[in-house]
Amino acid sequence: MTGIVLKTANELQVMRLAGGILSRLLKLLEQEVKPGVTTKRLDIIAEQMIRDEGGEPAFKGYYGYPASICASVNEEVVHGIPGNRVLKDGDIAGIDVGVRLQDYYSDAARTFAVGSVDEQSRRLINLTREALGLGIDQAVEGHRLSDISWAVQSFAESNGLSVVKQYVGHGIGRSLHEEPQVPNYGKPHEGPKLMEGMALAIEPMLNIGAADVEVLEDGWTVVTKDRKRSGHFEQTIFVGKVQAEIVTE
Amino acid sequence: MAKEEAVQVEGVVLESLPNAMFRVELSNHHLVLAHVSGKMRMNFIRILPGDKVMLELSPYDLTRGRIIYRVK
Repeated sequence: MTGIVLKTANELQVMRLAGGILSRLLKLLEQEVKPGVTTKRLDIIAEQMIRDEGGEPAFKGYYGYPASICASVNEEVVHGIPGNRVLKDGDIAGIDVGVRLQDYYSDAARTFAVGSVDEQSRRLINLTREALGLGIDQAVEGHRLSDISWAVQSFAESNGLSVVKQYVGHGIGRSLHEEPQVPNYGKPHEGPKLMEGMALAIEPMLNIGAADVEVLEDGWTVVTKDRKRSGHFEQTIFVGKVQAEIVTE
Repeated sequence: MAKEEAVQVEGVVLESLPNAMFRVELSNHHLVLAHVSGKMRMNFIRILPGDKVMLELSPYDLTRGRIIYRVK
């Protein structure tokens, strides 16, 4: 596929800074995610901090998206709009944020346990995080794009989780979404060869139940059709010669 | 933020229009206007009416597409 933009060392440096803001923000949000907080409150904290650090919230206004973060609770997969929903003990909350700094983007997500969650939810969170790690391990020169996809899918399915297919990871740089698409499923050794200078946002979305999802009436919130829980982790990474560099750790 | 996956569908070329554009009928009988992906132009693959092709549609505009390859 054409259209993958390789970044120069200077461009990668700006993206590292954008990623740094995002890393600190997600650590802050981890402290704030607890029973009793509204998702709107998390959104306000995020926007404030991004602007304090000289960045801009990348999601705000993206195709008309109304907030700075996506907060997807329990059966919500991605793109949950923050609002008056109060997080309860036992919920899981997927928080996805993007930062724009000097025309460059970073994008990352974590799924947090709110208070104490049941064993099944804890397992979902841990396995989704681990699937992302295995995908990132494949992001080295000489591999092909679908090696990432295969690593995520084979691990997820061998652990009894299903992979959301309608939403994918993506290249990232001067735009939030660039070529190539990074699906979380596929056969190994297909697609473009990975090389240094590529920046990708890898983001497995894994479900406890079936893979099918649908979009709610707000036009954004993606939920599982069977309303079982879904986990989502995402990192912005640079393809490396021997190891990928994670910029939103 | 997760990207909505671009939809890939198969269709049959009905007619060839100026500017490397084609009118393509999808298997659900929808008609779309499609251009040829850059890679296919470079490899100079001729597309003729009656050819089966794979299209990529944007979820934002389902009446236009991009021909990504010719199905043999």
